[in-house]
Amino acid sequence: MTPALEVEHVTVRYGDVLALDDVSLRLAPGRVCGLVGVNGAGKSTLLQAVTGTVRPGAGRVRVLGDDPARARRRGAIAYVPQQEAVDVTFPVSVRDVVAMGRYGRLGPTRRLRAADHAAVDAALERVGLTALADRQVGRLSGGQRRRAFVARGIAQEADLLLLDEPFAGVDKGSEATVVRLLRELAADGRTVLVSTHDLHALPDLADEAVLLRRSVVFHGPVPEALRPETLAGALGLATGTVASRTGAAGEGAAA
Amino acid sequence: MSPLDLLLEPLGYEFMVRALATTVLAAVVCALLSCWLVLVGWSLMGDAVSHAVLPGVVLAYVVGAPFAVGALVFGLLAVVLVGAVRGGGRVKEDAAIGIVFTTLFALGLVLVSVTPSDTDLNHIVFGNVLGVSTSDLVQVAVLAAVAAATLLLKRRDLVLFAFDPTHAHAIGLSPRRLGALLLGVLAVTAVVALQVVGVVLVVAMLVIPGATACLLTDRFGRMLVLAPVLSATSAVVGLYLSYWYDLASGGMVVLVQGVVFGVVHLLAPHGVLGRRRAGRAAAVADEATTARPEAAPVV
Repeated sequence: MTPALEVEHVTVRYGDVLALDDVSLRLAPGRVCGLVGVNGAGKSTLLQAVTGTVRPGAGRVRVLGDDPARARRRGAIAYVPQQEAVDVTFPVSVRDVVAMGRYGRLGPTRRLRAADHAAVDAALERVGLTALADRQVGRLSGGQRRRAFVARGIAQEADLLLLDEPFAGVDKGSEATVVRLLRELAADGRTVLVSTHDLHALPDLADEAVLLRRSVVFHGPVPEALRPETLAGALGLATGTVASRTGAAGEGAAA
Repeated sequence: MSPLDLLLEPLGYEFMVRALATTVLAAVVCALLSCWLVLVGWSLMGDAVSHAVLPGVVLAYVVGAPFAVGALVFGLLAVVLVGAVRGGGRVKEDAAIGIVFTTLFALGLVLVSVTPSDTDLNHIVFGNVLGVSTSDLVQVAVLAAVAAATLLLKRRDLVLFAFDPTHAHAIGLSPRRLGALLLGVLAVTAVVALQVVGVVLVVAMLVIPGATACLLTDRFGRMLVLAPVLSATSAVVGLYLSYWYDLASGGMVVLVQGVVFGVVHLLAPHGVLGRRRAGRAAAVADEATTARPEAAPVV
């Protein structure tokens, strides 16, 4: 089976700073993968290397067997930006945002046809935002806004969804809703790669976890990833510190 | 004299009819473009490109080419130079823009001073809407139509570019190309507007209407209606005031737009008073829709 995502020996530098060092990873379709690391570990850079926003100095990325440019044109990649990357004062409605998921498959003026309107409505319904569809995007809670952007990926019919820190600034109830939504999408055969600080959510959210510290320190099942000695390697801390900070329940601590 | 005469008398002069037509065209197309400029955060870029086109316009005059061609070349040159100056990383973008546009503007002023001409090229700098000829008006109309049509046809892509360039890229569009399109329209629009208010004040027409509309609505589609209507109305009022009180026409157009912005800023839903009201309302707002600060432990 073609992997949903293949990253092979990818290295990214910003000037003198090595952001990603020889990162390789493969994701099978229909899986949710948590991408875990401290700030500066390269999580966002890896997601950007997959979307092609950042060009790797070495290595290559394949999305469902295609090179990223082809995959982008096919609409295979959906990206849910970080909370702070969204201009919440921007005069667009929730429906406008979701409709942007369809643009890649529309004519030059991006005029929506009946089928596109139907896809937008269905996506809004699926994330439970139908009633808020005409609200300006800034007038949503953090969790609702995450769902709006996930809906955009659903309307896009993307195979690979990339989410950058979707749980930052989101209350527990909304987090659970987003987690359930992502699980459903994976059950439909889509692949979800979620970067997160939040170890708490990981067991419910992800089938597998990647611990990143400029390169892949660990890639495997979530319970193994959350073992204190595995985490210590990823965070660059002494084992004892992590054990005391994370506890048996896998709770994290501010790094 | 009746109020109707106040409106109709100036229309007895052909120069005033041409001036009004030019002003309305410029006000509308500038207002459309300004909706994107204020949202992308390109107000300073608008200032830069509108000043930088001056040498291009003067050279176009010298060789007898359409002003828009010269403006496009120098608008583009300005953008490339800003990129080059900023490229090293030591000079920040605002400084790079400041250096490039003032230098090109200065080049334009020098070119004006050495170019012999029957028309006063200083009118390009300060505007001379009362002296617009029929051929000027035709050129303005064509350029305004091209700019407005481009903006309206590509409006959804340009909104996407302004709102979320990463998503644009992720679905295979080119944010770079969309940015270039917006800059190209900016250079063309600068030529339209400088006939009315001159190079120095073009930026006002490129920023004020969008910023005003932004305070009045949460819908981009409505901004595209409000901004041109407000802009054209203010511009016509400004022109009439300049006629009746014998004041600088370009200056009055911008002054009225600025006053309208001030009033809206004070009274609009997103303005000063509106925010006060909203602040009180928020105190009793539905808690369920408000995100609580994240209490969960993090790595």
